[in-house]
Amino acid sequence: MTDPILTARGLTKRYGKVTALDRCDFDLYPGEILAVIGDNGAGKSSLIKALSGAVIPDDGEIKLDGSKVNFHSPIDARAHGIETVYQTLAMSPALSIVDNMFMGREIRQQGPMGRFLRRLDKPAMERVAREKLNDLGLMTIQNINQPVETLSGGQRQGVAVARAAAFGSKVIILDEPTAALGVKESRKVLDLIQDVKARGMPIVLISHNMPHVFEVADRIHVHRLGKRLCVVNPKEISMNDAVAYMTGAKEAPGAREAA
Amino acid sequence: MSETASKGQDYESSLSGASQEVAAFEDNRKGLIHRLQHALHVTPALVPLIVLVVALLIFGLTLGSRFFSPGTLTLILQQVQIVGILAAAQTLIILTAGIDLSVGAIAVFCSVIMGQFSFRYGIPPAIAIPCGLAVGTAIGAASGWLVSRVKLPPFIVTLGMWQIVLAANYLYSQNETIRSQDIRAEAPLLGLMGVRFEMGGAIVTLGVVTMIVLVIVLAYALRSTAWGRHVYAVGDDAEAAELAGVDRHRTIMSVYMLAGFICAIAGWVMIGRFGSVSPSASTGVVGNIQSITAVVIGGISLFGGRGSIWGAFFGALIVGTFELGLRMAGANAQWTYLLIGALIIGAVAVDQWIRKVTA
Repeated sequence: MTDPILTARGLTKRYGKVTALDRCDFDLYPGEILAVIGDNGAGKSSLIKALSGAVIPDDGEIKLDGSKVNFHSPIDARAHGIETVYQTLAMSPALSIVDNMFMGREIRQQGPMGRFLRRLDKPAMERVAREKLNDLGLMTIQNINQPVETLSGGQRQGVAVARAAAFGSKVIILDEPTAALGVKESRKVLDLIQDVKARGMPIVLISHNMPHVFEVADRIHVHRLGKRLCVVNPKEISMNDAVAYMTGAKEAPGAREAA
Repeated sequence: MSETASKGQDYESSLSGASQEVAAFEDNRKGLIHRLQHALHVTPALVPLIVLVVALLIFGLTLGSRFFSPGTLTLILQQVQIVGILAAAQTLIILTAGIDLSVGAIAVFCSVIMGQFSFRYGIPPAIAIPCGLAVGTAIGAASGWLVSRVKLPPFIVTLGMWQIVLAANYLYSQNETIRSQDIRAEAPLLGLMGVRFEMGGAIVTLGVVTMIVLVIVLAYALRSTAWGRHVYAVGDDAEAAELAGVDRHRTIMSVYMLAGFICAIAGWVMIGRFGSVSPSASTGVVGNIQSITAVVIGGISLFGGRGSIWGAFFGALIVGTFELGLRMAGANAQWTYLLIGALIIGAVAVDQWIRKVTA
């Protein structure tokens, strides 16, 4: 089997007396969709935040493409090609769709206006943003400059996913991407996930929605009590089993860690 | 699994018959009120501009050509130049969801430094002025560091800084005023901002020009550069901005340092406006409240992330127009304060209403 693109070994994170990550391991292979499931408080979010640079683990190491990386901020992780859509979406409500999509990676104008006056190339940013949103097929946009706060929850989610899909180069992490969406919009996002996968981009998907997980995931990482309990193949087990593993109702299938 | 999965998939089969139109960004609220709300949401400086124009018209109609003369109208500009510049600094801080109570104190302290460096140590004004500007920037950097790194509330940091700077100002200057005839004779550069141009009765000083240029430059930077977008994003939701890839610390530091620098410029303008350098200038005590008043009347949200610097500029002009207009009309000065008070409350009420577009 090919080497994993993103691995973590022995990740540990403590908040006071609470151990959110307890020597946790993680593997993501090229071109796959890996779902991470786990009960509330299992440490999924801490794991994702460690991988995306939002949290600095106390111990353990993360390797991207075989070389060790140390993320000190989400900007670091992004610079390495890891894009994350957070559950909170990380958008500035009062700013426009374009501003949000290009936050932290604005395009400057060519020529002296850009070089000396640092003027942004708004037409170019608008064009790219429009393209990316159209790729997603999620929306017919009236006004790409409208503030994000005037959008519905689903539309905001769409913009956040489009942002990650547009700029991620190595890994895309999606934290509960369908949680706030209606049936139709969920379908669009799932299609988009398949779409992104088809382009060869590996995806980490955190979700509580078992039908969604079983539909798109190639492998399922079951997280329990701050560590990886097991990795299962959705084609071999039932949703009931998966839920039983993650809640501890059923013993996990032996050592399948690296499967 | 196949059974569960197919059951899981079933509910979506009914989608085939559903409308294919997905989540269109259509604005279906067509009422006049909603349009107005939307327009204000997009251009928040509209409200103070309307208030300013109405105020000018009312005073113009009641006072006639006495008010509507180039001399009177430019007098307003001269009277608001210091508050206007301080309001520009205040705008930057408030856009990041902070507040700066030390703006006036920094301005006075920097004017004292420019003056004392020139007269006590005999440093040429061409060097003493940059020294003053540097001190203002440094004070801003200290506040910014405390806000960003130590995570103290801006209100507390600048409340303390206000007292510290004001006290340092009295201690350092030994409460000594530098007289205007000395400045004119020995260090005219200190009074540069007071240089006036006259055009058909209109009198414009360099200080006024500085204020207007400053507002234009900041308006450009806030609107058309990445830095400006980051200032808004940090003020709107600092955590989200950070996750989205904004360097929060750098943005906050740059804002506080720039605000300190602008306050120091206000200090230089003060020397030009008053002619002398006085450590007990009232700006040190009331400059913060005056600038916050201008910013709030200008429709800039105290919660951060919303508003434009033009609003603060118009806000300062509104206060200046009321003060001068009511004085010319012979009204008791307390009427000015009463009206300004009503305007402040009205402006914040409008801000809350505009935010309801979210819902």
